[in-house]
Order: sequence, then structure tokens, then C-alpha cells
Amino acid sequence: MGIHATEVTADAGRGRTADSEDAPLLQVKNLQVEFRTRDGVAKAVNGVNYSVRAGETLAILGESGSGKSVSSQAVMGILDSPPGFVTGGEIVFKGEDLLKLSSEKRRKIRGTQMAMIFQDALSSLNPVHTVGTQLGEMFRVHRGTSKSEAKKKAVELMERVGIPAAKERVNQYPHQFSGGMRQRIMIAMALALEPDLIIADEPTTALDVTVQAQVMELLADLQAEYNMGLILITHDLGVVADVADKIAVMYAGRIVETAPVHELYKRPAHPYTRGLLDSIPRLDQKGQELYAIKGLPPNLLRIPSGCAFNPRCPMAQEICRTEIPPLHAVTEADGAPIQGRGSACHFWKETIHG
Amino acid sequence: MGRYVIRRLLQMIPVFIGTTFIIFAMVHALGDPVAALFGDKAPDPAVAAQLRQQLGLNDPLIVQYGNYMKGIFTGDLGTTFSGQPVTELLKTAYPTTLKLTVVAFTFEVIIGIGLGVISGMRRGRLADTGVMVMTLIVISIPTFVIGYVLQYLFGVKWGLADATVPEGAPIQSLLLPGFVLASVSLAYVARLTRTTIAENSKADYVRTAVAKGLPRRRVITHHLLRNSLIPVITFLGTDLGALMGGALVTERIFNIHGVGYYLYQGILRQNTPTVVGFVTVLVIVFLLANLLVDLLYAVLDPRIRYA
Ligand SMILES: Nc1ncnc2c1ncn2[C@@H]1O[C@H](COP(=O)(O)OP(=O)(O)OP(=O)(O)O)[C@@H](O)[C@H]1O
Ligand code: SF4
Ligand SMILES: [Mg+2]
Repeated sequence: MGIHATEVTADAGRGRTADSEDAPLLQVKNLQVEFRTRDGVAKAVNGVNYSVRAGETLAILGESGSGKSVSSQAVMGILDSPPGFVTGGEIVFKGEDLLKLSSEKRRKIRGTQMAMIFQDALSSLNPVHTVGTQLGEMFRVHRGTSKSEAKKKAVELMERVGIPAAKERVNQYPHQFSGGMRQRIMIAMALALEPDLIIADEPTTALDVTVQAQVMELLADLQAEYNMGLILITHDLGVVADVADKIAVMYAGRIVETAPVHELYKRPAHPYTRGLLDSIPRLDQKGQELYAIKGLPPNLLRIPSGCAFNPRCPMAQEICRTEIPPLHAVTEADGAPIQGRGSACHFWKETIHG
Repeated sequence: MGRYVIRRLLQMIPVFIGTTFIIFAMVHALGDPVAALFGDKAPDPAVAAQLRQQLGLNDPLIVQYGNYMKGIFTGDLGTTFSGQPVTELLKTAYPTTLKLTVVAFTFEVIIGIGLGVISGMRRGRLADTGVMVMTLIVISIPTFVIGYVLQYLFGVKWGLADATVPEGAPIQSLLLPGFVLASVSLAYVARLTRTTIAENSKADYVRTAVAKGLPRRRVITHHLLRNSLIPVITFLGTDLGALMGGALVTERIFNIHGVGYYLYQGILRQNTPTVVGFVTVLVIVFLLANLLVDLLYAVLDPRIRYA
């Protein structure tokens, strides 16, 4: 597995995409995760690098199966293991490499300092316990709060995330709430102990379009209020435009492009990103046929050699089939650096500057 | 919920009538009870005719059944052909069987769920494989073989337990029979528990519990087990009735004078009142156990709402 992974890291780790001054809240370095299954080893994450600061929102974007969830599960330490294993890299959180900590230490970080919000709140909440019990559990377990005190805190939390009649509803079960309200409860649970980092894995995908915006807004508000770092995983480019500060685009377990959010929309530096952008419907191009990236995401048991995107890339050349493109620092046409931009494409210049 | 209970109780009436009638008819179809009364000797025709008259055996089946049911509601389950009230027999037989059932049920719950949890948590490891193989063996061997083998080994060869149960059936003498009676159900419980644990350990809410930073122990007890045991408890409830009926074989092996023993005697002698009386009580127990399970289910799983 080593060869391609290390190459990318070497470049990206020292690249201008990384923040150089004060230490970021979370820094993922050359993270590698594989699943050892009966059919073989699926390399789900192959050398991922990113960082998040307090108060900053990083959106991770990519097609289904690109490793968005797996990489964040590795950060949380909730990887399904076996079959999943972290095989390399570092996860530096507040200056400490989490991968070197004991499992008990990591457990104590979960929920208190970093929390996760999942896509499907209905299945992610326990059907047989009231929401009050599940919210209160955070205080009971991590803070040793009494039962009645924990319930009071649960009501406060529910009010904080905008659930009406919280006092009565605290004794209800998850199935008695609407989808939007359930997701608010998930958010409340993540927020309970005011963690420094929240990872939201497609928090609005399962919701109605109208509710999506409300939930996103709530999340953004709370993040600003508590100055938390937020990793927002999504495959919906529309969602991220308003809330994210920077974007990392993943493909086949690798970050293929990173950029500040508006930079990325204006001028993508990777053919895959451009494909993604072209495939969202836009008002100013009404009536035109929608573009779709041809082909399917790669099989992780047999990732194509060279650039993993080459079988689907309209710009692919011979070199793309043999050499893995490192994450190049992206610059202006005249060579002036662009803060926080990188592209893992041999032809990034052609892509961004035409 | 109250309305649901009433509806369920009402539903039990036709089931009760149906099952008892079928039993009644089947026992009749077995042959002439008067002939059986005399064993191998041919009865004097005049005596036999008189007996038939006395016992009401000449009436049409449906009339006999009607008379019988009338008796039941006044607490009279009839008298055996030998003149003993069936209720008397029940009073001696049921406490013994109940004791045996309780012992068996305890084994079933503790060992069955215990093994299931162990093997479900260590899927694919040695402990799991061991449990799977053992339970498969137990399920595929008939109970009476297991019974006789264990009786021989523990009771006769090693002398660790009573080979037969003495009068009065003290608890310690029921341990071995109880285990034999529980063996097959126990194997099923272990397998069922294993399956639901394995399924639920992949559930999203278990992942949430882990992400919340709960200790592993709490994740297992409060989240994984709490949910996984719902189907297991359903099975246990229905099995409670089956255990009582199934005690027949075990009681024969260990010479326990319980329901199975009297039922067996009744069937051999074609003693309709005994058989029907005992089965009737079994049916009632079974129906009540089922009702209890359904109610328990609603308590355990709040998603279930009874209209
Ligand atoms: N429990 C598992 N066992 C085996 N392989 C797994 C497991 N979980 C994930 N994978 C592998 O990891 C790959 C990446 O999965 P991941 O969930 O990270 O995708 P994703 O980018 O989050 O996609 P989606 O948008 O569908 O959520 C999957 O394609 C799959 O092959
Ligand atoms: S490296 Fe080649 S195949 Fe990969 S994205 Fe760039 S042009 Fe396409
Ligand atoms: Mg995902």
C-alpha cells in the first residue's frame, strides 16, 4: 500500500495547503484505512491530509464510497474493527496523536471533546430509550450528573436546538418526532458537553429540502456560538456553499483537491471537481442538458494505477495511467501562490487556467 | 392497552374451544375406552354396554363435548374412568411439573442467553464456533437420547445426581431433568441471541453509543443487549408453554410423576377425561403465556402501540 500513499503525503504535508502558524485543532496526516474483507483488502482511505481550526468549517465532498465517512470514523475512533484498520498516519488533536492513546483515553475524548452527528437520526437514536434518557446519558456518564439533573440538562438542550414543548417531549421516544426534530436531537446530543470539534456526516441528506436549510442554519449558528471546529461531510455541493470555509474533495480514499470554498466554485483545479460542479443544476443554465461524470467510482479492491480518476477523466493522458499525481500547490497563472489551494492532478494548470 | 388486553382475552375463547374440541375428538378416534379399560381380556358385552351408558359414551360426540364443557365452567373436569376426580390428579401433577419447568426455564434463560451473548460478541472466534457446534448437536439429537445418556452418565456412572426423581420431587433432584428438558430450547435461545446480537451490533444506534464515548460495558448492556433481547424474550415466552407440554418425555425418563406422566397414562388407557382435562389446562397456560409475551413486548419496545 505504501508507495502511492507516502508520495502524496510527502507533498501535501509540506504543501502550502497546510496551515503554518498557530496549531490547528485537528490535523490529519497521511491517514490510511483499509478493510480486510473476505474478498480482499479494500483500501478505503489512502493518505488523507487535512486540518481544521477552532471556529472553522471544513467540508468534505465526494461521491459515494470515496471514504468520507470512513476517514471521519477513524478520527472519532469508531471504525468498525475488524474489518477496518487504521494502517498509517497521524490524527493530531489538540497537539496529541490520538492513534497513540489508549482506547480508554480515546473514549473519554469522544462525546466530550469531539462529537459526531450522523445522517439518519431515526436509526442512529436508540428506539427503546426516551430522547431525554439518551441526551441525559452524556451528562450521567461523562460528568456523573444525577438522574434528575441530567433530565433538566436534556430539556435545556432540547430548548437550545429549538424543539418546542421540550419539557413534555423529553419523555418521548425517537419515533415520535419528525425527521427534522430528530436531527435536532442528534445535534443537541453532539453539543451536550460543548466539544471542540463536531463531525457531521451528511446531517441533512435524509431530510426534506425545506427542513435541510433550517437544520444547516442551526448547526452553523451553534458552531459560531461555541467556536467549534466543524467537519461537514456531504455530497451535496449546494449545501456547503453557504456554510463551509474550505473544501476538500475526496476520490477513491484520497483528497484530490482542497480550496477555500468560493475559489473552488469559481475555478476548480481538478477535472473531478469540475465534473462535480458541472453536474449540479444551475439557474443560469436552465434547459441545458445536465452533465454527469461518466463511469462508476473505482472498486476499492482494485484501484486503478496512476491517477485513480483516469478511466473517467476527459483529460487523461498516458502519464495519468502510470504516475500518481501528488497534491500540487495551485498557483495563479503567473506563479503567485493561492492560499490553501491544492490539486492532485498532473494537469492542474490546464484545468484551472484553461 | 386495557382494551387490547380485553380483546386478546376474548380472542382466546374460540381458540380455547377449538383446541379442546380437537383434542376431545382425537382421543375418541383412538378407539373404545371401555375395551382399553379391560386391557387384553375381552370384556363381558353386557358389562361393557352398561359402562358405556354410565360414562355417557353412547351420546353423540358433540353432546359429550357439551357436557364436558359445562363441567369445566363449574370447576369440574370430570372423573377418570377409575373414579378419581381429574382435578385431584391435576393437583398432584401440576406442582411437580411447574417446579421442573421453572428449573428448566432458569437454565434456558441463564445458559441460553449467556452462551448467545458470548458467541455473538466473539463472532468467528473459537468460543463462537464452539457454541455453534454444540448447539447444533443438541438440536439434532432427540431429547430422549440426551436424557438417557445424561441420566446414565451423571446418575448411574458418576453418581453425581439422582438417576430418578424421588417422591415429592425435591429441587436438587430436578436439576438434571430440568437441564435435559431445557436442552433443545436452550440451544435455540443461544442461537437466536447470537443472531440478534450480531445483527444489532452493526446497528446505527450502537455506533452512536460508541461515538458518545460510553464505556464498552454500558454500550453492551444499555444499548446492544436491551434491544437484542426483545425477540429472545418473545421466544422464551412462547417456549414456556411448550416446556410444560414437552416435559412428557423428560418425566418418563426420570420417572417424575408430573403432567407428562399422567398424560401418558391417560393416553395409554384412552382415559378421555384425564387427557382432555390435562390438555385443557396446558392450553390455558399456553394462551396466557402468549398474552403475557405480547404485553411484555409492548413494554420492551415502545414503537409497538396497541390500538
Ligand atoms: N464496515 C465495512 N466493511 C467493509 N468495507 C467497508 C466498511 N465500511 C466502509 N467500507 C468501505 O469503505 C468505502 C468507503 O466508505 P465510506 O462510508 O467512507 O464512503 P462515503 O464516502 O462516506 O460514501 P457515502 O457518500 O455513500 O456515505 C466503501 O466503499 C466500502 O468499500
Ligand atoms: S491526473 Fe490525469 S486522469 Fe487524473 S485528474 Fe488529472 S488529468 Fe485526469
Ligand atoms: Mg458516508
